[in-house]
Amino acid sequence: MNQSILVYRRFRYLKLALLLVLASVILYAFHQPMRVPNGGTWLGYTLGTIGVLLILWLMWFGIRKRRYGGGKVMLEDWLSAHVYLGIALIVVATLHTGFQFGWNVHTLAYALMMIVIASGVFGVYAYIRYPLLMTENRRGTTLDQMLAQMAELDRECRDAAMGLGDEINRYILASSQETRVGGSMWRQLSGRDASCPTHRALAQATGLAAKAQREEAAAMRRVVTVLQRKCDLVTRARRDVQIKAMLDVWLHIHVPLSFALLAALVAHVISVFFYW
Amino acid sequence: MADRYQVAVIGSGPAGASAGARAAELGLKHILLEKADHLSDTIYKYQKGKFVMATPDILPLRSSLIFQAGRREEVLKAWDDGTAKCKTNVRYGAEVKAIKGQRGDFKITLTSGEVIEAETVVLAIGLQGNLRKLTAPGCDKPWIQYQLDDPEEYADETIIVIGGGDAGIENAIALAVQNTVVIVNREAEFARAKQGNLQLITKAIEDGKIECFSSTEVERGEDDALVLRTKDGEARVKCDRVIARLGADPPRSFVEACGVVFPSKDRAALPELSATYESNVPGLYIVGALAGYPLIKQAMNQGYEVIHTIAGKPVPPADEDLLKKKIAKLGDVAVDDVVRTIQENVPILSGLTALQLRELLLEGTVHVPEAGDVIFRRNDYTNTFFVIVEGAVDVQLDPNDPTFACLLGMGQFFGEMGLLSGRRRTATVVASERSILLEIPRRTMIKLVNSVASVKRDLDEAAMARQIQNNFAPNLTPGDLGDTLKAAQIVKFRAGDYLFKEGEKGDSVHLIRTGSVTVSRRIGGRDIVLSYVPAGHYVGEMALMTNAPRSATVRAAVATETIKLEGAAFMALLDRSPDLRQRVEAVLEQRLMSNVRMEGRPDSGNIIQFLIDQGVGEATDVLLIDESLCVRCDNCEKACAETHGGTSRLNREAGPTYASVHVPTSCRHCEHPHCMSDCPADAIHRSPNGEVFIDDKCIGCGNCERNCPYGVIHLAYPAPEKPGLLAWLLWGAGHGPGQDKHNHDHAPDAKKLAVKCDMCKGIEGGPSCVRSCPTGAAIRVKPEEFFALASFKS
Ligand SMILES: Cc1cc2nc3c(=O)[nH]c(=O)nc-3n(C[C@H](O)[C@H](O)[C@H](O)COP(=O)(O)OP(=O)(O)OC[C@H]3O[C@@H](n4cnc5c(N)ncnc54)[C@H](O)[C@@H]3O)c2cc1C
Ligand code: HEM
Ligand code: SF4
Ligand code: SF4
Repeated sequence: MNQSILVYRRFRYLKLALLLVLASVILYAFHQPMRVPNGGTWLGYTLGTIGVLLILWLMWFGIRKRRYGGGKVMLEDWLSAHVYLGIALIVVATLHTGFQFGWNVHTLAYALMMIVIASGVFGVYAYIRYPLLMTENRRGTTLDQMLAQMAELDRECRDAAMGLGDEINRYILASSQETRVGGSMWRQLSGRDASCPTHRALAQATGLAAKAQREEAAAMRRVVTVLQRKCDLVTRARRDVQIKAMLDVWLHIHVPLSFALLAALVAHVISVFFYW
Repeated sequence: MADRYQVAVIGSGPAGASAGARAAELGLKHILLEKADHLSDTIYKYQKGKFVMATPDILPLRSSLIFQAGRREEVLKAWDDGTAKCKTNVRYGAEVKAIKGQRGDFKITLTSGEVIEAETVVLAIGLQGNLRKLTAPGCDKPWIQYQLDDPEEYADETIIVIGGGDAGIENAIALAVQNTVVIVNREAEFARAKQGNLQLITKAIEDGKIECFSSTEVERGEDDALVLRTKDGEARVKCDRVIARLGADPPRSFVEACGVVFPSKDRAALPELSATYESNVPGLYIVGALAGYPLIKQAMNQGYEVIHTIAGKPVPPADEDLLKKKIAKLGDVAVDDVVRTIQENVPILSGLTALQLRELLLEGTVHVPEAGDVIFRRNDYTNTFFVIVEGAVDVQLDPNDPTFACLLGMGQFFGEMGLLSGRRRTATVVASERSILLEIPRRTMIKLVNSVASVKRDLDEAAMARQIQNNFAPNLTPGDLGDTLKAAQIVKFRAGDYLFKEGEKGDSVHLIRTGSVTVSRRIGGRDIVLSYVPAGHYVGEMALMTNAPRSATVRAAVATETIKLEGAAFMALLDRSPDLRQRVEAVLEQRLMSNVRMEGRPDSGNIIQFLIDQGVGEATDVLLIDESLCVRCDNCEKACAETHGGTSRLNREAGPTYASVHVPTSCRHCEHPHCMSDCPADAIHRSPNGEVFIDDKCIGCGNCERNCPYGVIHLAYPAPEKPGLLAWLLWGAGHGPGQDKHNHDHAPDAKKLAVKCDMCKGIEGGPSCVRSCPTGAAIRVKPEEFFALASFKS
């Protein structure tokens, strides 16, 4: 049945990656360079070539992902391999550097690579942690349905508040017109709105309900109930947006920086061949 | 009194108009009577701009009128022009009320009371019948209409839809997109509607999108409103428009009143006709849809032929040449001889008329296999039906032992199991000598079974005998089965019906013939599902073998038919064959073990129940999404759109979820596909691997979209060509890969056609949705695997 990318095919790609790491480490340990270990030795070249090929292959994933219907291999195979071989790259590339870092294009490429990898690791974390949370938070509704329910509650709330004072009606109007779900990336990720008009309206209504008399009290209580339900919905909707953002946000680092990495890599390779 | 016509043609649809035109050309004294004030009311009522197809392509058109695929308006214009040119004598607004008499002396009464006399009558009134109208006072307003050409034509109106049938519901839902809609239903519930429509309308009403008056009738019409009589009194509803879909009177009563007999009570039954379309009333001919030819071209050809017959200048049917080609493999023989041979050699088809047999031959395929040729293999997903016109075949029942076979000879048939159960072939069939076989497509066979009672009876009996033999008596000859068969009967269950309940006395076994069942037991006050048993297996043996009351409850998961075999007869079979006893005991043991396992994990039972509730029980292959893995990237939908003309056939987000198992809105490739039931172009098929797909014969009528209870078929425009990956990356040309799951632009002359999931038939590697899911959340499951899935997920 379905399996997550990490355990996929009984860790086939983890094993492959471990093999690669092991081979690199052993070679590195037994290798006796003439001077300090660095990219210029035969081992350095070998590891460097493997690293470049790996990076190109890792980037190819972006294209493979969009070649719908092409190729017999499941995309899950690709991703499982992408993840494990991507992590293996840490070892391969680090050994390739021979731990020679500096303020140059070579180290820039290395740093970019590490950021890309780190964002990828976060991605895998997100992919494992969030899907179920999203299902649970949704309770069988979609985001669109939540928004529709909110609009419905707004109407109910306005009806209930018809005979009540101007002040609470202002709050209710604000709740129905100014409540935002989502927005900037930052807002999406935070999952809340410190000055949420609906929460403000609820606080206001709760306060007024305590003081209200007779018919007004009954109407106010209805307003409170409806606003409470809306608050709950708003919170859930924001949480939904937040989770989706968590699932997406790291790709905004992962992908652009892998292009930056590609550029740095080209610079690195050219400079090595021309100025060495 | 008018003088007597040589021929009176009734109805000016494609069949009648073609007959009228030919009669005029041949100089017969004729009249064409049309109820409406224009030609061809059925086509006239097609949705505006509808593209009319000229299928079947292979059939040549033979008519005095022109017809080619094109827009509704062009088709109608060609017929108007042709009718004028031939000088057909048409009488519009002439609705025929009664036909009396026979050849030489027919009296045709119009609703106006006028009587027309004719020597022969050609009845071409189609199947659309006459629509019922609102009869309450004040209901003759121009804003009360009885059909809806184009729901998108109306916006921001208040519209009352009257009628709780499918047409009313469909109109109401389509109109509610842009209008305020009120639906009025005479009954308390929408009992007549299809399941899918019922769900849609119930939901729309619950969501407040449509207002509903049930148990309500129309009292009267006013200038800008309808007054309704509800169960709580009168209600005045202001509106801009009323659409009344009150159904149509079937022409059957009318046709019967003319003296024509129908072969069966079945609603779909059509009158019996001779090879020249003559009914049992001499001189009364029936052509077109009412004769069982549901397409325009066929109807027009018949109109032409029937006039030639009446004029005494018979022409061979337009299909003669095609039939000759069909039987070319048999060498130089006449079509009529082949038809006669089939009629004589094959008992199950002997009750058919020559006309029906010709049609069968035209739609079927003649095979001439040599000894040893394989006809089909076990586990193929084909569902055609075969008759042995000459020769014999071996049916190999045991996959491991090809010598264990049963021989079928001349006149017998095979393939009925796949046809009935909608499942894979259960045996491999090999020709045992040079034979002549006729392969009949599923749809044709179903039509035949529904319209000819003898075919249904023979088929059912033989199928029952064979299924009992396959399951319980492989070593007995059919002759030995006599007593057993007497103790068996076919029983039908609706979805949710009980086959039997826990604690009852066990007195029979059920062999599931079509459909599937769930087995459940009451534990701690709740029904826990223990297993799911599909067609081809049996249930109920446990109580008999253990001599105890029923240990579980068995319910039909979908509409199900079983062969119910009495306990004594079943036990007698076991006594006769130690082999069989051993096998049944082995199954029993396995079931006991699995029950114990399942009782310990009520969750997996719940998941099965959930899947059954979603109608997955009738699926052969369903897409499920594991929401604990799904990262909502929609790559599945994008992949579907990319590989299928720019329109995704699956909606990932829609659909219910239980315990992180999500059933998206996507085709389930049903055992008995609802979409196939009513496709006028015969464009929907099941491939040998099981995929249900739509081919390019689709004419975009939308029947399948309406018939699918799961809402997975859409009418969509084909997408324009996408730019190459590089062109998009470098120049931003068009939409990039996966950028649009639904395409919105289309060529100006494009027409909407039905699209649905075809399980990526023909794409190497299988379903794209599953293959392009990066996290492995999307999987495709067959019913046999639900069990494993449910255990895995709980
Ligand atoms: C929505 C839809 C789309 C379709 N699309 C296609 C397509 O693209 N291509 C295709 O080949 N087929 C198509 N079909 C099928 C096709 O329309 C029919 O097969 C065809 O119209 C049948 O022709 P007919 O002459 O037998 O009957 P009809 O076309 O139904 O004509 C019957 C005529 O008889 C008249 N009449 C009825 N009763 C009386 C009476 N008592 N007195 C006088 N006149 C009477 C009616 O007013 C009508 O004009 C479609 C069907 C539908 C419903
Ligand atoms: C230098 C190393 C890497 C490069 C160049 C790289 C590059 C890419 C690219 C180009 C994509 C395609 C994104 C898209 O188009 O949507 C991608 C996706 C992804 N990468 Fe990496 N990657 C690297 C390392 C890693 C590592 C180490 C991990 C995890 C540990 C990882 C995890 C992922 C994941 C989870 C996806 C998203 C798959 C999806 O949802 O489609 N990557 N990567
Ligand atoms: S729309 Fe559906 S039912 Fe109609 S012709 Fe096309 S495939 Fe057949
Ligand atoms: S491709 Fe897979 S992960 Fe993405 S939305 Fe579809 S099922 Fe979910």
